[in-house]
Amino acid sequence: MTDFLLELRSEEIPARMQARAREDLARLFAAELAKAGLTAGDLTTYATPRRLALIARDLPDATEAVSEELKGPRSSAPPQALDGFLRKTGLTADQLTERDGVYYAVIERPGRATADVLAEAIPAIVRAFPWPKSMRWGDASLSTESLRWVRPLQGIVALFGDVIVPCEVAGIASGAATVGHRFHHPGVITIGSAADYVEKLRACHVIVDQDEREGIIATGATTLAAQAGLTLIRDEGLLAENAGLIEWPVPLLGRFDPDFLSVPPEVIQLTARVNQKYFVCQDGAGRLANAFICVANIEPRDGGAKIVEGNRKVLAARLSDARFFYETDQKTRLENLTPKLEKIVFHEKLGTVADKVDRVAKLARWLVEEGMVGRAAAPEREPFAETTGDQPIHAPEPPAFSPADRARLADQVERAARLAKADLVTGMVGEFPELQGLMGGYYAAAQGEDSAVAAAVRDHYKPVGQGDEVPTDPVTVAVSLADKLDSITQFFAADLKPSGSKDPFALRRSALGVIALILDNRLRFPLGSQASGDVLAFFADRLKVQQREAGVRHDLIDAVFALGGEDDLVRLLARVHALQAFVATDDGANLLAGYKRAANILKKEGYTPPPADEEAETRDHQGVAETGEEDPLVLVEDADFRDTVGEWAHQRRVRHLGYDPEPAELALIEALDRAEPLARIAVEQEDFARAMAALAELRAPIDAFFESVTVNDPDPARREARLGLLARVRAAVHAVADFSKIEG
Amino acid sequence: MTDTGPLSFQRMILTLHDYWAARGCVILQPYDMRMGAGTFHPATTLRALGPDPWNCAFVQPCRRPTDGRYGENPNRLQHYYQYQVILKPSPADLQEQYLGSLAAIGIDFATHDIRFVEDDWESPTLGAWGLGWEVWCDGMEVTQFTYFQQMGGFDCKPVAGELTYGLERLAMYIQDKDNVYDLAFNDAGVTYGDVFLENERQMSTWNFEVADTDALFDLFRKAAAECERSLAADLPIPAYEQAIEASHLFNLLQARGVISVAERQAYIGRVRDLAKGSCAKWMDKNAEGWKSRHPNWSVA
Repeated sequence: MTDFLLELRSEEIPARMQARAREDLARLFAAELAKAGLTAGDLTTYATPRRLALIARDLPDATEAVSEELKGPRSSAPPQALDGFLRKTGLTADQLTERDGVYYAVIERPGRATADVLAEAIPAIVRAFPWPKSMRWGDASLSTESLRWVRPLQGIVALFGDVIVPCEVAGIASGAATVGHRFHHPGVITIGSAADYVEKLRACHVIVDQDEREGIIATGATTLAAQAGLTLIRDEGLLAENAGLIEWPVPLLGRFDPDFLSVPPEVIQLTARVNQKYFVCQDGAGRLANAFICVANIEPRDGGAKIVEGNRKVLAARLSDARFFYETDQKTRLENLTPKLEKIVFHEKLGTVADKVDRVAKLARWLVEEGMVGRAAAPEREPFAETTGDQPIHAPEPPAFSPADRARLADQVERAARLAKADLVTGMVGEFPELQGLMGGYYAAAQGEDSAVAAAVRDHYKPVGQGDEVPTDPVTVAVSLADKLDSITQFFAADLKPSGSKDPFALRRSALGVIALILDNRLRFPLGSQASGDVLAFFADRLKVQQREAGVRHDLIDAVFALGGEDDLVRLLARVHALQAFVATDDGANLLAGYKRAANILKKEGYTPPPADEEAETRDHQGVAETGEEDPLVLVEDADFRDTVGEWAHQRRVRHLGYDPEPAELALIEALDRAEPLARIAVEQEDFARAMAALAELRAPIDAFFESVTVNDPDPARREARLGLLARVRAAVHAVADFSKIEG
Repeated sequence: MTDTGPLSFQRMILTLHDYWAARGCVILQPYDMRMGAGTFHPATTLRALGPDPWNCAFVQPCRRPTDGRYGENPNRLQHYYQYQVILKPSPADLQEQYLGSLAAIGIDFATHDIRFVEDDWESPTLGAWGLGWEVWCDGMEVTQFTYFQQMGGFDCKPVAGELTYGLERLAMYIQDKDNVYDLAFNDAGVTYGDVFLENERQMSTWNFEVADTDALFDLFRKAAAECERSLAADLPIPAYEQAIEASHLFNLLQARGVISVAERQAYIGRVRDLAKGSCAKWMDKNAEGWKSRHPNWSVA
């Protein structure tokens, strides 16, 4: 068993590509080994800015010898067939064996030296490497066929044990030589084997292991902050990025002029992170401190004084730019920026940003005036955490705003919507687009807007993606909802829908945002009031994605959506939750099975229910108290009267059928008579658990019916009636959900 | 001339000239037209195309009207200098050569932190892109380092390496100055401010407030038309000059704030078409000779 080392050295690899490159290297290498029937005991990969390396442990020195028997032509076949077989196998006739009138050839494949396999694998890996962006360089780039790499490839170390695996890619021959740190150890160093690679490089000021570099930075930065009486604000992305930029990390702490702290902390942090890749710190009270931590790539001879001073100056220039924007922006009130928004095209088919602002302001106001937004916050409980579903969702009806409060809310909402996009034309957001919203919030507060309005301006982009905070303040909710609905409906109307992996306007994210806003705030909002067919279907898809994480089955969402007309997401999900709980029960599973059996028979027989005989309906109802519910037994509490009415109802059924039903048939009819109205009422009251419970009562009668009744009776009247009965079962179940969409 | 202390602005330029001249570069003088970046110089744009080797270095004054700050910002200028080096094909030791140039102008790698940070370059107006880095010195970007992959929509065959040094930034760094106008321009007491402060004030005012926008629009149309006339006459170099002119006129119109966001893309597209047309004509006109000298070379 022998260890193998591969190092692909190049000019600086972008930090953001290194993690993925390590994975790709391991994957491609394992695949090349597998092709030769080899596996390594362990694969370790490393990345620094200047090298991508792999160590494969415990490789056998040769692949296994393989003996393979190939079946040839029959011995009675024409000689051409035999000749062909001999050519193919490279054998002579006397080397074949014959069994049962068929020729066989035994091909011996001797084991190959692993070093030979590796010598072929390395060029193949380099040529196939899937860099997200790659380039050509040098003399060879006279042709576009020349090797592509992320940046110019400079050297290959390939050692199997302590022996060089000889290979060549694009004029670069493998060897044992590499280089150390660019400045601390610019000369060539020779690697002995995989065993000394990491330590030899360490001696030459290169920490090969990216995790170790991250650790050094994290520990060093934390310590520096603590020594300054501060706390490091951790930032994992920044940590990885810094580790990807340097081979010998040396964190250094510097201070910037405290006067800059008049700029919002988010701006300072962003400037430091995005432009300079610095960490920042906070003081004991959680306030941003006037300190930064940069990470140098050298052990500076002067202890870092010049580096810190240089970095301080750069940061000061950045922060003075930021302060300039912050102060200049505040000289213009947000509402006075509207003329500038009129000049920004939102989308060529959808007018300007000013047009969008106008639409959003009107829609947001409408949402409040129609009472869809503006009820008090949801009660403090997980709305759908319980799966028994025994709590109807409408029970704690949130109190509505008084008309005066609602009018005030509508004004706040419209004001916030009209200011919400103004920061897009401020200097600060021009410089840092990711500060959109946040800066608007600061500027709105600074110009004396109501705090709810300023908060809405700040937060109206939220939630951005799953896991982001979902606004709950009604002003923010209305503006956020209106903004997202406007984008979705407008882009759909202009036929700019997302397709496949393409979603250039992030409409999927917007739809998820709408769904989260509605569900988290339990808004009773009929989406159909804003959305047409394909938009609703789009929301249904997003809802499935959004609910998958919560463990809600997509087929159950389909089953409820398939009923059509359900565009209230809160109600829809309540129904789905109840359904999910129900199908998990024994009754639910059996009812589903019974339903499917009924539906299959109906489908096979091509049965469609006859149009309802209205005259008969009317006639049958005569003489029975109209309760508003169609089952006369539901409200009959008097036991005697109950029997009488029951008997009457029985007669009616028999009369209607025109034959004497079998007991199980009659039992099913009676069960349906009871369950249908109960389920329907429960659905109307949005008590879906009760609706399911009512349907569960059908399970035993359906099972019994299939057990003892023949649907396909020779008597056409019986057959017709029984198919009709199955159709009733199907319809009753559909009052809750389209069970045909449920899987399993 | 003093032998101690940091280099003056002009001595830094002379040092770079010496350094790159010693490495086989043609030292050119600035192109005599207004342009936004050294990359627009025909010695970069046109010479990046085709198989003939080409090594040159030059200073190019750059005009960025929107960056004007009336001389009041310590490091933003509407007129500044870039030092450009083009090495085609890109040599294998380009990074080492570049670092050698930094050492030559006085940067000590034992006390300063140099690193190569991913920064891919793209110029929509030139139909060009490349991969490379911005080079940081103690956190400050001092050079743009690019391997050109395409120019004018054509693959660069072979690839040229382009180094663009921000001279004022480097000088501020080397001389330890916080304000560009305090830079020592020479070793006889003349500062950068003595040379350029008044220029910045007047040009900022003109760029932002005075320039006649109707005339600029008209000039833009005329430059575009002249570019096309030159292309029709099979003259890519004059055509390309008009593309440079149109590009700068567009920048001036931007500074005057008279090009709407919607129109902006259309103008960029127009300039790109002019530049690409010029590059295409340059390719056409040279292809025959290039093929005869480099049998392995082809346009596509």
